[in-house]
Amino acid sequence: MAKHSIQVNVNGTIHEAAVESRLLLVHFLRENLRLTGTHIGCDTSHCGACTVILDGAPVKSCTVLAVQADRCEVRTVEGLEQNGALHAVQDGFWEKHGLQCGYCTPGMMMTACALLEHNKDPSELEIREAISGNLCRCTGYVNIVKAIQHAAEKLR
Amino acid sequence: MIPPVFDYHCPETLGEAVALLSKYRDDAKVMSGGQSLLPLLKLRLASPAHVIDISRIKRLVYLREDGGMLEIGGCTPESALETSELIRSRYPILHDTTRVIADPLVRNRATVGGNLAHGDPANDHPASMIALGAEVVATGPHGERVIPARQFFRGLFTTALAPDEILSEIRVPMPSGRSGGAYVKLERKVGDFATAAAAAQVTLGADGKVEQVGVALTNLGPVPIQVTAAETYLTGRAPGEQAIAEAARLAAEAADPSADRRGSVEYKREMARVHAARALKLAVQRAGGH
Repeated sequence: MAKHSIQVNVNGTIHEAAVESRLLLVHFLRENLRLTGTHIGCDTSHCGACTVILDGAPVKSCTVLAVQADRCEVRTVEGLEQNGALHAVQDGFWEKHGLQCGYCTPGMMMTACALLEHNKDPSELEIREAISGNLCRCTGYVNIVKAIQHAAEKLR
Repeated sequence: MIPPVFDYHCPETLGEAVALLSKYRDDAKVMSGGQSLLPLLKLRLASPAHVIDISRIKRLVYLREDGGMLEIGGCTPESALETSELIRSRYPILHDTTRVIADPLVRNRATVGGNLAHGDPANDHPASMIALGAEVVATGPHGERVIPARQFFRGLFTTALAPDEILSEIRVPMPSGRSGGAYVKLERKVGDFATAAAAAQVTLGADGKVEQVGVALTNLGPVPIQVTAAETYLTGRAPGEQAIAEAARLAAEAADPSADRRGSVEYKREMARVHAARALKLAVQRAGGH
């Protein structure tokens, strides 16, 4: 079983690795690159805790192979903060208490980021639809929606 | 969960993909978006020796109208249908369908071709493609073959594709005159498979009577079910409330559900009736009827 050489741009840094074909993207990020901000929740593509942005689109990294990210650009929660300043979405979750236990938060924030890159002024319904693949069992989503609205306003 | 060991192939052209598939045949699985196959691998419900990833074949990603047909490339992601103005305005049944498949994150990877070729009776596109009278193009080592969607689904996870064929395109007849379609799904929560779902595509004549109609059901039997009895009954009739109620009753009769955590046989059969009626009513409305 041959290993595959891959080259993945993660948060602006190019990583080269030889990986087994069956290695999942989430394991590559967490175990090979030690970027443990991306969480593994259900591991069956239901919960969205593992959401990362792959070539501009939010995806569940437990249901993508690492080899499929070869020559692609991946953004994870670790890439949100820039030079010590929180991203508007992080600021929104902080200001509006968009989390309790925090388990879903990295995935939730990556989905929110991708939404706001395509839609500067989403309605509440559009926000709720966008995060419908990200499960939160603490907040009831109310403060998450407020956090994303806060970020949208800050980014405009 | 970690998938079993397999050899990964990443062809860049359809020809290369078909050559690999001809070589490995039943030892290989074709992966398009991977949103059904990867969970199956993780759960050890499949353990192919070879996975042929066709997601890098950019020439299989397109949506266009040509020669009286809407042509959808086999690897076109669901999200492309969801955001397409062409689909929204001219093929509302496909817009309805794509929006209830899994969730937005999954739809960024999941493909229309994969949704059909997987042969899962719980998948949503099969019923809408059957109602639309669509065809799929199978590409194999000896060229292309066109298979009507109505003859494509042979059994649980079994399709008319030969072991060396790849679903390369879906062709949907362009709607003519007063046409409308709808897909209505009952799901316990976002991302769930249908408890029951129904697809309807209707064309009305100048007299307001049904000229052509397709009706199909999702997850109500071992294969997606085309409700020919309802189609025959409705053809030539004015699609009023009573006619729709009778067609929906015929749809419930055609359903062949099994009991599971989503409900009993009786409940699902009743939901088949309710959702067939809703889909037909909405399709007729969209076709400009009442």
